[in-house]
Amino acid sequence: MIHFDNVSKRYPGGYEALSQVNFRLPRGKMGYLTGHSGAGKSTLLKLIALIERPSRGQIILDGVNLGHISNRQVPYVRRNIGIIFQNHHLLYDRPVFDNVAMPLVIQGYRHREIQSRTRAALDQVGLLKKEKSDPITLSGGEQQRVGIARAIVHKPALLLADEPTGNLDPELSLEIMELFERFNQVGTSVLIASHDLDLIQQMGAQALSLKDGRVVDDEISPDEALTGAA
Amino acid sequence: MRKGPQHKTLITAYFIHHIRVLLGSLGHLTRQPLSSMMTMAVIAIALTLPAGLYLALNNISGLSAGWDSSTKISLFLHANVDSKKAQALLNRLQLHNEIEHISMVSKEQGLEQFKQLSGFGDALKFLEDNPLPIVLVIQPIIDPERPDRINHLLKELENDKLVELAQLDMQWVKRLYALLEIAHRVIWAIGSLLGLAVLLIVGNTIRLDIQNRRSEIEVSKLIGASNAFIRRPFLYTGFWYGFSGGLLAWFLTSLSLYMLAEPVEKLALLYHSDFQLSALDTADITSLISISCGLGLLGSWLAVGRHLDEIEPS
Repeated sequence: MIHFDNVSKRYPGGYEALSQVNFRLPRGKMGYLTGHSGAGKSTLLKLIALIERPSRGQIILDGVNLGHISNRQVPYVRRNIGIIFQNHHLLYDRPVFDNVAMPLVIQGYRHREIQSRTRAALDQVGLLKKEKSDPITLSGGEQQRVGIARAIVHKPALLLADEPTGNLDPELSLEIMELFERFNQVGTSVLIASHDLDLIQQMGAQALSLKDGRVVDDEISPDEALTGAA
Repeated sequence: MRKGPQHKTLITAYFIHHIRVLLGSLGHLTRQPLSSMMTMAVIAIALTLPAGLYLALNNISGLSAGWDSSTKISLFLHANVDSKKAQALLNRLQLHNEIEHISMVSKEQGLEQFKQLSGFGDALKFLEDNPLPIVLVIQPIIDPERPDRINHLLKELENDKLVELAQLDMQWVKRLYALLEIAHRVIWAIGSLLGLAVLLIVGNTIRLDIQNRRSEIEVSKLIGASNAFIRRPFLYTGFWYGFSGGLLAWFLTSLSLYMLAEPVEKLALLYHSDFQLSALDTADITSLISISCGLGLLGSWLAVGRHLDEIEPS
């Protein structure tokens, strides 16, 4: 699903956020991205979502070389990705339902389909009863679940989450992670950036560890890919 | 891989989406009625001034068109030209493409008119023979765009060997046309400047709107909205500003006209004229509103083009 080939990202000013990162996330797999803050987790996710472009190296997403994607094509790549942010990125001027429906509206779904799919997504995160609420009236965990519903409403092939449990207590965090696992079980590839090592161990999942922009431990790439890339 | 909806439903959905955005942006405006109204009012005032001037000029031109018909060339023929030759000349000139109408005043008619108008009636009885020449009265076709053409015609007529004198009093017509020409240009200049002002007003309003909806734009870009999708509501907002501003300008122009109609009629009456102010016709109204919509769209287009690219998710 995701293939990083010798990817480096250097920001203007010389700071190198990622250096020579190689890894591969197979389709349908769930992986974690760990490391201290500043290790390059967010940068890696941003490269996949085309929010940033790599300085060197290649990223293949779902068989497409992202280096060949023009700025005009970026939206269409993003439509195959669901992105979840630590700070939710919800819009507070509209109710929960409208927030979750946004990806469908953008992709031109019809009214009836928007209704049914949005309700289904809200149901999956357990917020069907809150569809008319304003996001600001919801708790942190609920807001995060609205963000997740919005990320999965259009059934993307890949789910990216950047510190999705950053502001939540351990119990809620576990709940959110289990939610991701459920999506993974129906075939969605998932990559979650988190510094919460306890939680990751608790989930028993495989992780790609970053330190100072370099891969220090890779449990998610298939073995043959690692030797091939090296 | 794309899991989007079917192609056919996409096209229908596309139009439905456009209509929804069109109405949605109108709803967006009505949610901030005061600031929307102020922008519309500024646009309307900026457009009313040139529209009003245009209307005034139109009316003045209409007024002078009535005077055009009073512009006549008197063609005094040589005294020895008899009515037969004069008739031949008249027939020839009737075919001239710059002559609207031509009529002949015979020696006798001329004398009769002279008697009546001059007051020398009795004295003229003592004349042995009629000293007046035959006069051809010509009403030329006046082209407001090319007032010099009438001079060519005058020269041409003077050169005819039967003609002793061709007389035209149209200095004042020329002056009027020159003034109207200047007024025309002034209106164009004012109109262009105020049009530019409308462009800037709409552009600036849309720019503020974009800034206010920054997070919405960022999120939309993150979840795969194309630039066209993000641009659309702002373009429609600009369209609505232009449309409503144009309507309001029409209303203001009509209102001013209505307020002027009575005093103008009174003034016209003092000049024994049945002149009446003419309002904007359908074509004028259509172009006023189209120009206004166009300026609104263009203004928002410029603002959106400049500022949307600056907002990228990070």
